[in-house]
Amino acid sequence: MAAVRTGLVVVSHSAKLAEGVVEVAGQMAPEVPLRPAGGTDDGGIGTSFELVDAAVTDLLAVDGIDGVVVVTDLGSATMTAESVLEMLEGAVADTVTLADGPLVEGAVAAAVSAQGGADRAAVAHAVTEAGATFGAGRTTASPEPATGADEVAQDADALAQDFVLVNEVGLHARPAATLARLVTGFDATVTVNGVDGASVLALMALGLGKGETIHVTASGPQAAEAMDAVADSVADGFGEGVATN
Amino acid sequence: MATETLGHAWALDWMERARAAVSAERIALIDLDRAIGDGDHGENMDRGFTAVTAKLATQAPGSPGEVLKTAATTLMSTVGGAAGPLYGTAFLRASKAAGDALDGDGVAALLDAAVEGIQARGKAEPGEKTMVDAWVPAARAAREAAADGPVAALRAAAEAAATGAAETEPMVATKGRASYLGQRSAGHRDPGAQSTALLLQAAAEAAEAQ
Repeated sequence: MAAVRTGLVVVSHSAKLAEGVVEVAGQMAPEVPLRPAGGTDDGGIGTSFELVDAAVTDLLAVDGIDGVVVVTDLGSATMTAESVLEMLEGAVADTVTLADGPLVEGAVAAAVSAQGGADRAAVAHAVTEAGATFGAGRTTASPEPATGADEVAQDADALAQDFVLVNEVGLHARPAATLARLVTGFDATVTVNGVDGASVLALMALGLGKGETIHVTASGPQAAEAMDAVADSVADGFGEGVATN
Repeated sequence: MATETLGHAWALDWMERARAAVSAERIALIDLDRAIGDGDHGENMDRGFTAVTAKLATQAPGSPGEVLKTAATTLMSTVGGAAGPLYGTAFLRASKAAGDALDGDGVAALLDAAVEGIQARGKAEPGEKTMVDAWVPAARAAREAAADGPVAALRAAAEAAATGAAETEPMVATKGRASYLGQRSAGHRDPGAQSTALLLQAAAEAAEAQ
């Protein structure tokens, strides 16, 4: 899998909310550096320029991280994050993106995308795409421009294979995250039942349980490798039997 | 009309007068904000400008731009809520426009930059019962008076901001926290517009004292 290169800052009016979102996203993307920046300097409800600024600066100092994506909850949190970005100077300014999307879904999608080695633009795109999932599994191919259709465009030459889900809970959150970040690591476009296989939220929205069949397609230079990896992962129950943190 | 340009001494005096003004009006701002917001604007502004002057006392800024940049970063860090990023951005953009010395056109350009920053950050337009209702007429008035020099431009801006703040009273808020109140926001002056009027009054007084 490609090395993690993008970090994530979660900005919220509440320190607890920011920490909670980081906790959830971190479980699905254990290697991605995540930083909460919630509440005011003295722990109240609000947002702090210094906390956000410190979180961004801290992430940029992490080995291997060349980009930071910032997600925010409400009004002034976004303004604070924008101000931090406006104050960044020189080369650093080009390494941080404020992404617009729902906080929880966006952070999870971003973290999973980053875990797969996605760059800053692709991770920010995952946040934006997360908003589309509120319409019951609607998604578009990531990070390419939207196709305008509910489903990812199908390549006529794509590999196609069906698999039966063998793990106890099917494609719930953690297995979906496992599959999405696996897929992200290949130079291939993978779809699962017509949705973007790199999108954890789209996979979760399929709502597939144990014993159900998934139809997987793969296209692109590493289509075969991606398909093999998916086959292994499905057979392994997405690692559900393996203890994770 | 002896003063042709305003330099860092004016900017420092502006910040000191701004601190004194928001401190003196702290309770009044709190009352305004309590009526249609969350009641913390007076406290936040007082804390913010107290921090600004304390920070400036440790520095030796050589230009208005340096003074305003310190104000910007300090306000962003110390003023909570939306006012921190809004005023912080206003002063940050103003600092970039300020240069070393301001004539009438320089004052107008500084206020234009501040308004652009506030509108870029807050996405508010005139008539929505926000600080924009004080800033926009202030910048326009400064532009119209620019030929008469920087002191006259700031005096015109201060008066326009005061009028603009007063005119927010009958407005129904459609932006910011007061918009949650809908029609009930009418009859109260917007606290952000009021604090803007205080700040620009301080700027004019500092210019007149040079």
